[in-house]
Amino acid sequence: MNFGFTEEQNLLKEQVQRFMKEACPMTRVREITANETPFDQALWQQAAELGWLGLTIPENYGGLGLKWIDLIVVLEAAAEGLCPLPIASHALASTAILHCASQDQKSRWLPAMASGEAVVTIGLYDEANWIAAEAVTAKATVDGDTVTLHGKKPFVNDALAADYMLLAVQGPNGLALAAVGSDQVKVTAQPTIDSTKPMARVDIDGVQITTADLLAISPEQLAFLTDCGGVATTAEMVGAGAAILEMTSGYAKDRIQFGKPIGQYQGVKHRLADMFVDLESYRSLCYFAAWAVDDSPQELAKAVSMAKGYASDAFAQIGIDGVGLHGAIGFTADYDAQLYLKRSKWARPMYGDSDYHMDRIATLGGL
Amino acid sequence: MDFDYTPQEQSFREEVRGFIAEHLPPKEQRDKNFLATWLEKVRAKGWVGFAWPKEFGGSDGGLMEQAILKEEMSLAKAPPLGTSMMGLAWVGPGIMEYGTEEQKQKFIPDILDSKVTWCTGYSEPNHGSDLAAIQCKAELKGDHYVVNGQKIWTTGAPWSQWIILLTRTDFNVTSKHDGITCFLVPMDAPGVEVRPIQNMAGDKHFAEIFFTDVQVPVENRLGAEGEGWKVTVSALANERSSIGEVTQLQAKLDDLKTLVKNSKRQGKPAADDPNVRRTVAKFEVKIAAMKYNGLRYLTKQIKGEPLTSETSVNKLHRASLEIEMDDFAIELSGQAGLQLKGGEEAVDGGTWSKGALNWPNVVIGGGTPNIQRNIIAERILGQPKD
Ligand SMILES: Cc1cc2nc3c(=O)[nH]c(=O)nc-3n(C[C@H](O)[C@H](O)[C@H](O)COP(=O)(O)OP(=O)(O)OC[C@H]3O[C@@H](n4cnc5c(N)ncnc54)[C@H](O)[C@@H]3O)c2cc1C
Repeated sequence: MNFGFTEEQNLLKEQVQRFMKEACPMTRVREITANETPFDQALWQQAAELGWLGLTIPENYGGLGLKWIDLIVVLEAAAEGLCPLPIASHALASTAILHCASQDQKSRWLPAMASGEAVVTIGLYDEANWIAAEAVTAKATVDGDTVTLHGKKPFVNDALAADYMLLAVQGPNGLALAAVGSDQVKVTAQPTIDSTKPMARVDIDGVQITTADLLAISPEQLAFLTDCGGVATTAEMVGAGAAILEMTSGYAKDRIQFGKPIGQYQGVKHRLADMFVDLESYRSLCYFAAWAVDDSPQELAKAVSMAKGYASDAFAQIGIDGVGLHGAIGFTADYDAQLYLKRSKWARPMYGDSDYHMDRIATLGGL
Repeated sequence: MDFDYTPQEQSFREEVRGFIAEHLPPKEQRDKNFLATWLEKVRAKGWVGFAWPKEFGGSDGGLMEQAILKEEMSLAKAPPLGTSMMGLAWVGPGIMEYGTEEQKQKFIPDILDSKVTWCTGYSEPNHGSDLAAIQCKAELKGDHYVVNGQKIWTTGAPWSQWIILLTRTDFNVTSKHDGITCFLVPMDAPGVEVRPIQNMAGDKHFAEIFFTDVQVPVENRLGAEGEGWKVTVSALANERSSIGEVTQLQAKLDDLKTLVKNSKRQGKPAADDPNVRRTVAKFEVKIAAMKYNGLRYLTKQIKGEPLTSETSVNKLHRASLEIEMDDFAIELSGQAGLQLKGGEEAVDGGTWSKGALNWPNVVIGGGTPNIQRNIIAERILGQPKD
């Protein structure tokens, strides 16, 4: 039993933090996300060279062959600076391929993903606030070698940056992921309040691919991928939560009102303490869930529901208090606190809100 | 990061389980001598003061093994490993760190052998949260000190033989943390008067203690004169890992789930009510958070990294769980939930209703939630002091 990070993981974390500070500070994040295609190819290439894009891809496919517990080190540290690179989506797509694809498909796709040459994302559900196999409504019909897709994926993360995407569909023999190139489909930006997490609608009506680009998946695999998405999102909530807590705590030490730093007032310092308590707690739950992805999959569902279920509401409150404790300056567009509040709104329903996860915990816990 | 236990840890766990299977009979089969025999056996095993140095009669056990030991004992609902809870938790460690050779010889074996029960004389009527401002006075007169003053809320005072007592030996100090001196005092010393206080749950666990011209020999001083605050802080820092508490809370959660399954709300199964399900799930998540926080902090300790009051995080979780779980059980059970033990309709023998009156043990004792929040904000986040 050892619930701590290794020396290598700590170094990886420092490496990502340095990258964010030097190559992708908040001014750059704001620039990137203001673009029509909110993607920075040069930064992506740097991330690839540092090995982050193939972290969990086996070495024989050009990756580093590490685990999700290593991946979340990157996701957490990158999210401290609200990194807009599609690292989480890309990792989730590679996990899907690793777990569900054929040997041939793996050899075809994974090396280009590890090298960063291809940006890949994944789109699972088509109904708002519904996580279940039935919430995959897009369809695939098969005729010989030809697969025709029907429907649309209303909110796909990072679709604007992607070279191709894995889209969940109902096929003739059950669920499948259809690998489609972005040049084959219509991708329409769907701006949300969080511009650092660009989403888009993907119309696939009539798009044709071949059966070689279809991966059959079981409902269990769909659930597993959803849970991995929950882990990735929660890891980013840990990083972003830590960053806004640090920002707010720092401000509370400096801002003087009534002749004292506001951090001396308990109305302020106790909120900060509560933010810390919540952050610590979903941090611990998140690390356990990330470990479970590779090392204890039978515990994953409950572990993710605990982590994401706790984090969804807690980070939302941290975002609100982070802005609120700053006073009016926190409300200004130029000040970065608001960007974290927006991230908390984005993250809340992603891969299940707290109601969904709490109910699942009750079920898994025998109620 | 690895949540699997090492083979050594696993075999230690097996050893504890085997011991429990052999030596812990079911409740109804325990006779009058059971507790004494049990204490002797765990002592012989080296499990009392497990992590204490061997030279003091401990086992030099590792922190992870200690956590496993506590977890298994707690899972089995075993009696404590010693009757001197405070002796084992902080008086003993305090004496090992600050005591003289004579004090170590005199006090440590009796704590390990459950021969002597200790209580803690810190709080005073006018100084609770603001502990460092205590006024109970000790004056050096030749080869002894004379103590005058009052302590209050002293848990176990009515049945303890010794008290670790915090006094003020110097009233002319610029910092209230200076001028404090710690003593080890027998409760039967002339001039010590104990008056038990009944709490709202009906128990008389704590008491007020009056000290009138109590003579305490110099050799009973723990640490140097004026260094009492340091002794106290290090004693309080001897925080136990929260693993044992987590297993207790888990057992309580299991009982609560059973209650939910057997309960109805407005004539319908309570287990189908979304609010009930979420409330119970939130308890479960908080308990899991305590567990993984605790393991993370334990790993830090084992690696020798300093802990900066992180245990306050779990103390806050525990405080809210202690209040909310019992209250929820009562609410679920309607008026029957209000009956105490012996009531015709009492639910689960009145444990929930009793619990709903007992939370201050955990919530107020050892520092209130406000004080825990101050600790987190000031010592971890670096906010200015109040
Ligand atoms: C069951 C039980 C067992 C105990 N056992 C022992 C024992 O064995 N030995 C011993 O020495 N003591 C013991 N205590 C005493 C305990 O340590 C104190 O009760 C506790 O520290 C609070 O002190 P107080 O009761 O004087 O409350 P106060 O300090 O007067 O606090 C009253 C209220 O004011 C709040 N408050 C105080 N200061 C601040 C602040 N700076 N900021 C915000 N809020 C503040 C508190 O949170 C509390 O709500 C026990 C208490 C209980 C309930």
